[in-house]
Amino acid sequence: MASLSLSLAHCLPELILAAGVLVLVLLGAIRGKDSDVLVTETAAGLLGAAILVILLGGKTNAIVFDGAFINDGFGRFMKVLTLAGSLVTLVMSRDFLAAEKIDKFEFPILILLSTLGMLMLISAAGLIALYIGLELMSLALYVLAAFHRDNIRASEAGLKYFVLGALSSGMLLYGASLLYGFAGTVSFAGIAETINERASLGVVFGLVFLMVGLAFKMSAVPFHMWTPDVYEGAPTPVTAFFITAVKMAAVAITLRVILTAFPGIAPQWRQIVIFLSILSMVLGSFAAIGQANIKRLMAYSTIGHVGFALVGLAAGGEAGVAGVLAYMAIYLVMTLGTFAGILSMRVDGEGVENISDLAGLAKTDGVMAFFFAMMMFSLAGIPPLAGFFAKWYVFNAAIQAQLYPLAVIGVLSSVVAAFYYLRIVKVMYFDEPAPAFDRAAPAPRIVLAVSGILVVFLFAYPGLFIDATMAAAKSLF
Amino acid sequence: MFGFGILSCIVFLPLAGAGFILALRGNDEATLENARWAALGTTVIVLLLSLYAYARFDPSSSAFQFVEEKGWFGHGLVYKMGVDGISFPFVLLTTFLMPICILASWQSIQNRVKEYMITFLVLETLMIGVFCALDLVLFYLFFEGSMIPMFLIIGIWGHARRIYATFKFFLYTFAGSVLMLLAIMAMYGVAGTTDITVLLHTHFPSPMQKWLWLGFFASLAVKTPMWPVHTWLPDAHVEAPTAGSVLLAGVLLKFGAYGFIRFSLPMFPEASAYFAPLVFALSVIAIIYTSLVALVQEDMKKLIAYTSVAHMGLVTMGIFSVTPQGVQGAVFQMVSHGLVSAALFLCVGVLYDRLHTHEIAAYGGLVARMPIYAAVFMIFTLANLGLPGTSGFIGEFLTLLGTFRINSWVAFLATTGLIWSAAYALYLYRRIIFDVLDKPSLAAIRDFSWREATLFAPLVALTIFFGVYPAPVLEASAAAISTLIKGYDTALGETKTAALFRLKAE
Repeated sequence: MASLSLSLAHCLPELILAAGVLVLVLLGAIRGKDSDVLVTETAAGLLGAAILVILLGGKTNAIVFDGAFINDGFGRFMKVLTLAGSLVTLVMSRDFLAAEKIDKFEFPILILLSTLGMLMLISAAGLIALYIGLELMSLALYVLAAFHRDNIRASEAGLKYFVLGALSSGMLLYGASLLYGFAGTVSFAGIAETINERASLGVVFGLVFLMVGLAFKMSAVPFHMWTPDVYEGAPTPVTAFFITAVKMAAVAITLRVILTAFPGIAPQWRQIVIFLSILSMVLGSFAAIGQANIKRLMAYSTIGHVGFALVGLAAGGEAGVAGVLAYMAIYLVMTLGTFAGILSMRVDGEGVENISDLAGLAKTDGVMAFFFAMMMFSLAGIPPLAGFFAKWYVFNAAIQAQLYPLAVIGVLSSVVAAFYYLRIVKVMYFDEPAPAFDRAAPAPRIVLAVSGILVVFLFAYPGLFIDATMAAAKSLF
Repeated sequence: MFGFGILSCIVFLPLAGAGFILALRGNDEATLENARWAALGTTVIVLLLSLYAYARFDPSSSAFQFVEEKGWFGHGLVYKMGVDGISFPFVLLTTFLMPICILASWQSIQNRVKEYMITFLVLETLMIGVFCALDLVLFYLFFEGSMIPMFLIIGIWGHARRIYATFKFFLYTFAGSVLMLLAIMAMYGVAGTTDITVLLHTHFPSPMQKWLWLGFFASLAVKTPMWPVHTWLPDAHVEAPTAGSVLLAGVLLKFGAYGFIRFSLPMFPEASAYFAPLVFALSVIAIIYTSLVALVQEDMKKLIAYTSVAHMGLVTMGIFSVTPQGVQGAVFQMVSHGLVSAALFLCVGVLYDRLHTHEIAAYGGLVARMPIYAAVFMIFTLANLGLPGTSGFIGEFLTLLGTFRINSWVAFLATTGLIWSAAYALYLYRRIIFDVLDKPSLAAIRDFSWREATLFAPLVALTIFFGVYPAPVLEASAAAISTLIKGYDTALGETKTAALFRLKAE
């Protein structure tokens, strides 16, 4: 029994969420319709508690539950990011959902369930745990995407996401079964032991299928097709959730699978990662240029950013992983800020999503325009903003790993990407004002301001943050 | 001073001023007046501080002075500031031009005044930072960061085609700079640090030097700008507000050439020698071609923009001659060009404030109504074409002299540029100032106001002073430049000897 309680201690954040979800479902079912505020607040509290548990809890690394679940520095770092993404989107979503009259108590519960899946995914140390975590996360996401069920676009988004998501899960499962067949084990460490240096064709096939499934979840090109439609159609808070929390978890598990299960066959997976990375960066940059809808634009933007993050993975090594972690953390802050801005885009009570609706924002709401512009410059990677340091770390890792063509293509596509971010700044600052937005709710405004300050002033005091990414990256090797 | 070094004070004081203006509430005339005075006060204090630093600056030493160093990002990235004889003149140039820019915008900017002043102060911080940074990443931060305020200055307060111009400016310079960033990363990989003082003594392998040089060249050539990547400059100048043009021509263009002197020559000496013919060719083309293009311009600002390209051609030529005269001449030419082109853009701005057009054809015969203006414009026109007795002459003469020692044909072709510059400058002057004053719109045009006269007085004084007595700039930079050239020659000598040994061994 002692060992069981010890094992449970390592998954305390997951336990908090799991128990909390059960209680909240009961609460919602008993109290009925008017329980949504209480459930949301409790859910936010649970997410906050999980973050605190990770930050203040033990820092010992362990593999528990017969090699299915790992608790290490890397996992803790990514879990904090994921939980922070969930928490902030949940807090920001309240007013939006109320205005759209979809403020049901199921929303926070689904967010919690999905986050629970993400945490399990990040901590997965074997293929089965990976699949369970992935499906728990995804099933909740399918429902969330179609949460605005009277809205035809949201329903379409949900259905599309479900069909394609199921397909990709199937691919992943097929890859997992191949791997199990050829390696004889489902644990990552075990797979790594059996396939040092030379891998049989079956293992390589398994790796490819596994990566297809993961690339789908990360929305890396060429498995990105669903992203623009789903991101545009889903309710804005859900899109924010996709682009922040889900992205963190997907990138985290990709890193973990590749680096802990296949360290011996780096040349094999590196080509795949480089391929995904280049395509994502280029497509993300060029395809976003023509977009008029800001959520769709952010969908292409996120495809590009996943490409940039993958540059760090392609570089490999501790520096590369630390680069990816720094990239994801900074990206989380930037996108949360951006979506706080997008959530504040309401004219006469109606949500608007076109870039042209931002016209002249500098005149109608100077503070919001300033912070939003900082987000755009930062996403474009202009120094001295945080986005520049994100790019510095991944590209520096790529240069040190002598992946020169990858780095050159990457920075050049970031120039192309700069064009569409600048276009938003141009619309806000140079164009004549469109109708002013309604006074935004306090939560998104605070989120925008806080992330704006983090993005602008990261360069002033970066030490703590950089040390954290280095420490987290170490635990994967 | 206040717990920071004096350089940090100079660099970050404008930010404090910007913060103060940000805190001002209200949009009435009194607040705007306060914002203007606050901006002017800040820039004047920064100027005084930099003069104080100049008084304590030791020109006989080639080492970096006022050095400050603090830990920053860890892993070799440090916050390190310092100036030597090469960078300090540019710091002074920047702090000197800033109050003039603020004064020049006093009345011509009536739209979003507070934001305007804040943007300029932020830009000042970034510009001075470029010249003070002793860490490559820090340098890059300032270098690239300065694009954000400039993007906004052209885009918000510019003229009709401002959006096209500002995007072109931003994307051109950004595309060049990211390649420099990759080169910086590669250097970090070799040296394990981005501290410039360490990198100056790091030897990079020969083939790598060429790639690094090209990476830096991609960025610095766009910024300088060199032919054929200069096309963003005329557009940016035409659309920028007057003060924006002044800073663009006066300071931002110097980033490129400064980078050549600071990084390309001492860090990649072999590659610099290898690519010098390329730079010579591009410089000569720039000098002759853009001078000819300038002759046919119908827009005053565009004309002056093209002359800037030609003058920067002289600078790059002088730098890559790697002779004491050539490099000193290049530094001097940059300072002089900073004063003269800034003054010329201000002259155009004076006319623009009155008639709201940059068309040359809209003017003519101004000497009858604006005698003082005509005289001032004459001084800067002559300085622009390099008349002895003005600062323009010293720089041109020295760069040509230095180049002549290396390659007489290049010097010969570049010298024809002097004739062209006389042609376009005098032709412009004749069309605007002389001819008959027959246009009705010009009948009531006023001469300088007191404010405008105050603007030009220091510029006129310095242009003539440096023309007669160039020693302050030349002496300040002499020691640093001679160390630079000594290091360059030693590095090349070593490779030559090594090659010789290899030959003998074979």
